[in-house]
Amino acid sequence: MARMLELKREPEVVFWVFVFPLLLAVGLGIAFRNKPGDASSVAIVAGAGAQDAEALLQRSAQHASFKIEVQDEETARKGFRLGKYDLVIEPDGKGGLRYRYDPARPESVLAKAEIDSALQRAAGRKDVVQTTVETSSEPGSRYIDFLIPGLLGMNLMNSGMWGIGFALVDMRQRKLLKRFVGTPMRRGDFLLALMSSRLVLMIIEIGLLLTLGVIVFHMKVLGSVFAIVFLGAVGAMAFGGIGLLTASRAQKIESVSGLMNLVMMPMWIFSGVFFSYERFPAVIQPLIKALPLTALNDALRASILEGTPLIHQWPRLLVMSLWGGVSFVLALKWFRWT
Amino acid sequence: MAVAIQCRDLRKTYDGKVEAVRGLNLEIQTGECFGLLGPNGAGKTTTIEILEGLLEPTSGEVSIFGHSWRENAREMREWLGISLQETRLSEKLTVRETVELFASFYREPRSSDEVLEQLQLTEKADAWVGRLSGGQRQRLAVATALVCNPKILFLDEPTTGLDPQSRRQLWDIIREFQRDGGTVLLTTHYMDEAERLCDRLAIVDHGQIIAEGSPASLIERLGGHHVVEFAVSGNSDGAALDVWRALPSVESVREDDGMLSLNVKEPHLAIPALLDAVGKQGSQLQHLTTRQASLEDVFVRLTGRHLREE
Repeated sequence: MARMLELKREPEVVFWVFVFPLLLAVGLGIAFRNKPGDASSVAIVAGAGAQDAEALLQRSAQHASFKIEVQDEETARKGFRLGKYDLVIEPDGKGGLRYRYDPARPESVLAKAEIDSALQRAAGRKDVVQTTVETSSEPGSRYIDFLIPGLLGMNLMNSGMWGIGFALVDMRQRKLLKRFVGTPMRRGDFLLALMSSRLVLMIIEIGLLLTLGVIVFHMKVLGSVFAIVFLGAVGAMAFGGIGLLTASRAQKIESVSGLMNLVMMPMWIFSGVFFSYERFPAVIQPLIKALPLTALNDALRASILEGTPLIHQWPRLLVMSLWGGVSFVLALKWFRWT
Repeated sequence: MAVAIQCRDLRKTYDGKVEAVRGLNLEIQTGECFGLLGPNGAGKTTTIEILEGLLEPTSGEVSIFGHSWRENAREMREWLGISLQETRLSEKLTVRETVELFASFYREPRSSDEVLEQLQLTEKADAWVGRLSGGQRQRLAVATALVCNPKILFLDEPTTGLDPQSRRQLWDIIREFQRDGGTVLLTTHYMDEAERLCDRLAIVDHGQIIAEGSPASLIERLGGHHVVEFAVSGNSDGAALDVWRALPSVESVREDDGMLSLNVKEPHLAIPALLDAVGKQGSQLQHLTTRQASLEDVFVRLTGRHLREE
């Protein structure tokens, strides 16, 4: 019955399933790579006092962590809107300076604080309390470490849902499903085989992404390979089941695409792929945690980054198993074979 | 002889509106090749899919060797080899893999190689399904039906769209299956196919059987084995048709696009009388042919329409 595995001879599938997430990880990894000191980008509006402000900043002890450009007002504000500059300094021409910053953008807030302190100190302010700093950017706490398990989870969701959804609707359109029902094949077995066919791909997906993380970004994988693969398997089955359910009635590729997006959308947003879901209001946290992708991402992060044993992950495993199991049963019940 | 397939008062209504099948009765004996003949949209496919247990009838009874789909579906599927109208099998599997996949669903399948051999697909066994010609694909579809060693073979328009040679190959395969004791139910809108293959057939139109019997007996029922077709100069009106009907040995008259056709028992009596009548009218004969009556004539006679037109 597991002969359904042979259905994978499509070169384009390989790209979307394997290469695409790798490119995404590399791209994001580079964009968010830990730059030395993470320079703040600052524009000074040209005019009287601009030269003084720039000179003052250049003299400060931290000048290496600022990227300073003198621009006319319009260019400076446009650059600020587009995120090119974190802060705009507008000299008022009477020796004072005005900061233009966005309190909703962490890097903007940071730039304002840093620049202000640098300017004041360069201009002669004395610190009242003596402080020293020690930097820490150990592997395990960087953005890329957060990102890779999230990408892994998202990829398992995407490939599971699309892989199964498209395959099913395609077979339905070709009347292949109808032909299969004309045989003594057990219907549940068929759907189960389709779900399980994800497992093989899942192992390759996990292997590739983690290898990339370890080799290129020097990630440290603390959990055991078995635990990670096991989590991946449970996740793959959960999304396999949801994929089956989503595609259980659809007759056309177009309609299944819409449904898939509808189902996956909340998880893209809420499940903490690219940023932590802790930022969402506390009221909806329980809902977010009930999503299967949240459970998978959390479980993968705990296992990969902290080495949490599987036994402590049971609530997340339960969430995923329930999604997979309930979806499978409903899919089998509602499935349109013809 | 045992009854292989039986259905009583079969009805299927789609969405409470379209009546695809309206009260259809069939009884097909073991070892028979039975044909459902009718134009597109007559309800043939709906009927065969109900018999195959793929569709639920709105009402009516179906039994296959005395078993009903409601009680014994899994067991029954072991007996049936099915070829649906236009199934597109997975293109990235090879021919052998496809046949073996289907064989794996059954308890006692035949050897895949033997089936491929029988359907002359051995050469193509390792080719991808996507690379096959139409005829080869159709043979592969029949192969997936035969590999399960069925007692009954269901074929829904098996030769539609095939070239004459591929059709003949399929006919041979069907006959061979029947010779080995198998029962065949096929649908077709080709007259010649029905005449050659079927022991008995039912003509289906608008979801009902309008005639049933062996091809020869259906043609017999038409009232004449010969058809005389002719055209005369000058217009012929309704009254003129009576003139032709009154000719000796003529059973019925029909006008079709200016061409008159007579169903005739004995052409040697009818034709001289026809020539006389034309002479008396003072008109000219513009065309005259005679031929054997076919199922097409039966269909036209029964429905007033040609089989291939809608």
